[in-house]
Amino acid sequence: MQPKVVTLNVNGRQHYVALMPNVTLLHALRDLGYTDVKSGCEKGDCGACAVLLNGAPVNSCLVLAWQADGAEIVTNVGLGTMDRPHVIQEAFADAGAAQCGYCTPGMVISAKALLDRCPHPTEAEIREAIAGNLCRCTGYGQIIEAVQLAAERMSEGSGE
Amino acid sequence: MLPEFNLLTPQTLAEALDMLAESAPDAVPLAGGTNLIVDLRDRRQCPAVLVNVAELAELRGIRQENGHVVMGGGTTIAEMLNDPLIAQHAPVLQDAARIFANPLVRHRATVAGNLVYGSPAANTPPPLLVLDAEVELASQAGVRRVPLDDFLVGVRETACRPAELLTAVRWPTPAQHSAAAFRKVGLRKSDAIAVLNVAVRVTQRADGVCEQTRIALGSVAPRVIRARAAEESLLGQPLTETAIAEAARLAAEATRCISDIRGSADYRRRVTEVLVRRLLTQVAGEVK
Ligand SMILES: Cc1cc2nc3c(=O)[nH]c(=O)nc-3n(C[C@H](O)[C@H](O)[C@H](O)COP(=O)(O)OP(=O)(O)OC[C@H]3O[C@@H](n4cnc5c(N)ncnc54)[C@H](O)[C@@H]3O)c2cc1C
Ligand code: FES
Ligand code: FES
Repeated sequence: MQPKVVTLNVNGRQHYVALMPNVTLLHALRDLGYTDVKSGCEKGDCGACAVLLNGAPVNSCLVLAWQADGAEIVTNVGLGTMDRPHVIQEAFADAGAAQCGYCTPGMVISAKALLDRCPHPTEAEIREAIAGNLCRCTGYGQIIEAVQLAAERMSEGSGE
Repeated sequence: MLPEFNLLTPQTLAEALDMLAESAPDAVPLAGGTNLIVDLRDRRQCPAVLVNVAELAELRGIRQENGHVVMGGGTTIAEMLNDPLIAQHAPVLQDAARIFANPLVRHRATVAGNLVYGSPAANTPPPLLVLDAEVELASQAGVRRVPLDDFLVGVRETACRPAELLTAVRWPTPAQHSAAAFRKVGLRKSDAIAVLNVAVRVTQRADGVCEQTRIALGSVAPRVIRARAAEESLLGQPLTETAIAEAARLAAEATRCISDIRGSADYRRRVTEVLVRRLLTQVAGEVK
């Protein structure tokens, strides 16, 4: 195994990192400090590691970092921060959709991918959009409310 | 941690085939990784070399060609769901794509990976079997086409040879007077491995007589199977309730179910019969 320098464009910042071929995008991101990307199962089952890869929501634990060479990656903190939260993040806080918070970054990414393509989702569409994100705390009710709230606020123009 | 391996990133199909041939049988293609990365993590496979085919342009795109729909092997399940050609000519494939895993997996998972992995519970083989799909396999020796029905061999076993790539899936554009349907039974709505999968397609004459039937069953045998006796029983018949019930009984007879954590063999056999009956009844009413 030999390392290679890959380019990862994360949340608008370019990183050049030397990585081994068997490093997943999940670990490459966490090692770069993007610890909002969580490691849960590392088998595609939980969605805690979800990021947008060239705009598509994916599990970063199933992507090798070399496969993301040159790609645009957006993580939860790329959408907004504590000081300047994204409408979706604010809605999660207001709806009480985060308890332990472990699933939240992945949920927010899946919600963002949904609302980008479907600004007025039905409850069924929201449930389907987060089907790959497990939450062990909330029972999902507040998460669905949060996405509904975000959709409403975004269409009122208070968003983005 | 994943085990150690070398990762090669070819720029073209020809380069990928050379790389695979050079390192065969220790090299395997990597596409969406939704099966392979999980297997590596669990040490179910430990190949020395992975060849990244996820970016290959030659494996992408969906087009029509000489009365066939040709879909690149690198097509993701998400792409299948959004493609207008598939919507028009193979809505049954979209029915399967819609219940496939979850959106996060669908954006990476490819049809080639789904077929080559050889799971009897996989969701794309039943609709592709009823569409009479063939797979295109490329190697340094050239390209060969194999009917999907011959390609699927057993649990985790297909006709794909080492150093071969599944480059495309193709099927005849279905006739106007043909209708198809798909159902998956899972333990919950989304993101569940199939307890069983059923797809059917029927072509009927204007007077209601059946010209062709296809019935494909998943998770009821070591590979996704066609229920040939059931298909043949309907040939030249009007699709009456009795004829459909008999076909459904024959379909259930074709299964070789096992009992596992998701359902008993007996349950699978009985639900197969019920689903085949319902789906045939549904499509019999839909054919124009
Ligand atoms: C959480 C989760 C849920 C899932 N749910 C479903 C489901 O509902 N239904 C379902 O059917 N599957 C499901 N799967 C399994 C998996 O997503 C699919 O089988 C997927 O289609 C595999 O494609 P891939 O591109 O990810 O393949 P990879 O994992 O990259 O590869 C799979 C196999 O195919 C080979 N391969 C890949 N591309 C080629 C090619 N072009 N030519 C030759 N060989 C190739 C690889 O060498 C490997 O052996 C699920 C997986 C996960 C993790
Ligand atoms: S950590 Fe990636 S899906 Fe669970
Ligand atoms: S808030 Fe704890 S897992 Fe979802």
